[in-house]
Amino acid sequence: VSRSVAIAGVGLRPFGRFEETSVVEMGREAVAIALEAAGVGAGDFQAAFCGTVYSGVAAGHRVLSSLGMTGVPIVNVEAGCASGGAALRLGVQAIRSGECDSVVVFGMEKMPRGVIDSSFFEPWQKEAGLNPAPAFFALRARKLMHESGVTREHLARVSVKNHENGVHNPYAMFRKPFTIEEVLASPMVCDPLTLYMLCSPNEGAAAIVLRPADRAADVVVAAASLRSHLPGRVLGEHTPLSGTTVDEPPSPTELAARDAYEAAGIGPEDLDLVELQDTDCGRELLSYEELLLCPPGECAAFFDSGAPARNGRLPVNVSGGLLSKGEPLGASALAQVVEMYWQLRGEASGRQVEEARVGLCHTVGRGANASVIILRR
Amino acid sequence: VARIPLKDGVLSAVDAAADARLLAGRCTACARLHFPPTPVCPYCSTKGCATVRLGTDGTLYVYTAVTKAPPGYRGKVPYGFGVVELPDGIRIVTRLTETSTDRLRVGMSVRLVLEDIFQNEAGDTVVGWAFAPAESS
Repeated sequence: VSRSVAIAGVGLRPFGRFEETSVVEMGREAVAIALEAAGVGAGDFQAAFCGTVYSGVAAGHRVLSSLGMTGVPIVNVEAGCASGGAALRLGVQAIRSGECDSVVVFGMEKMPRGVIDSSFFEPWQKEAGLNPAPAFFALRARKLMHESGVTREHLARVSVKNHENGVHNPYAMFRKPFTIEEVLASPMVCDPLTLYMLCSPNEGAAAIVLRPADRAADVVVAAASLRSHLPGRVLGEHTPLSGTTVDEPPSPTELAARDAYEAAGIGPEDLDLVELQDTDCGRELLSYEELLLCPPGECAAFFDSGAPARNGRLPVNVSGGLLSKGEPLGASALAQVVEMYWQLRGEASGRQVEEARVGLCHTVGRGANASVIILRR
Repeated sequence: VARIPLKDGVLSAVDAAADARLLAGRCTACARLHFPPTPVCPYCSTKGCATVRLGTDGTLYVYTAVTKAPPGYRGKVPYGFGVVELPDGIRIVTRLTETSTDRLRVGMSVRLVLEDIFQNEAGDTVVGWAFAPAESS
């Protein structure tokens, strides 16, 4: 008999740039907050899973060492931008199966500055400039413009929406609103994407303690699904976004979403709010379609309807999204889950969505790893 | 100065006079093309793909321009970047010779060209490929 899994406590460290703070220190802070909130101490949990990409050997072990809490199995998980989601999935499975009664899941990152240097690409591909991350986003955005009626103004308005939301989030790195004109006039990075349409890699940490659900008021992890690219969606180029070199659906995000809706026994119409991967403004619009929030080809119409606005029918990225928070790969998925936990408990002061009961969190990245997590209260 | 390919097995030649082509893998079982060629078909896992020469003329599927050098890049900026659809039945991620997106559009005709990307430590010219607009518009 599989058990229902609840969140016992959360910890979040603000995202930003912190020259003086090591990644281990950031992870330690987030884990310590979550453990205290959950009332869990040394010897009280049976496994730990750490999502991180750039932190080196045994990073999660170093965090727990600094707290005097090693000895249990500690697994470091790399799944690109979905690393935190992949770690949470393992934690959920450990509780659900009955193997563990308490698990610590955390994620942390100190991203290198500038465009992400990824070992995902072969040296010859890098030498020839076939690895420009923002350009791949731009190509996918161009395809959306061609096929889904997306305009430059739509891209700009997504940025305006998320940055406006980010003003109300003290954990976000960028808390300044922009006008459509300012977004369009910001430096062109890769046409059609300007600087303010792209998220910034940065630093941060998040932690979550899981336990079996046994109280009516629990925030329950109703689904934690993970998918990667399908055979033939050749690793290397299009996989973070899919659909530029091979178009057959479904995308990894859609596969993960369908798994999650089925596991949770709900459909997209049952969601109250969504935190999704807005690596760039095109990616947010594409996610509306891939998460089945709207029919294929209708992401622009869905945005125009006002649904994803803060006061809309289905608010998207009320945290400000990655565009406001920045993206520390290992921490970003878990920070979405922390935000959703606060929202479902009515604790998201200043950006609270009223009557929020069911929320979805989504990340997707290299390897076309796509994670979809559904929380319910 | 020697001319060497960016990667072995991707280009049939590194001299423009030699009718250079991109090389792809064609699966002996499912017949699908993939690029760059690999021994195992990435679509159906069949071993033993054949190497085939791709056509030089295609259409532009999506495009952008890169203005800032990505990590490890040894060529010049800006450079065009996009996906080209070839009538052989494959889309290729590629450099584009055109760096101004105002002069590119989805569906325009493009043609394969060789491109000298950088000089390596031995002084050799490392040759890659790009697609260039094939019509004046």
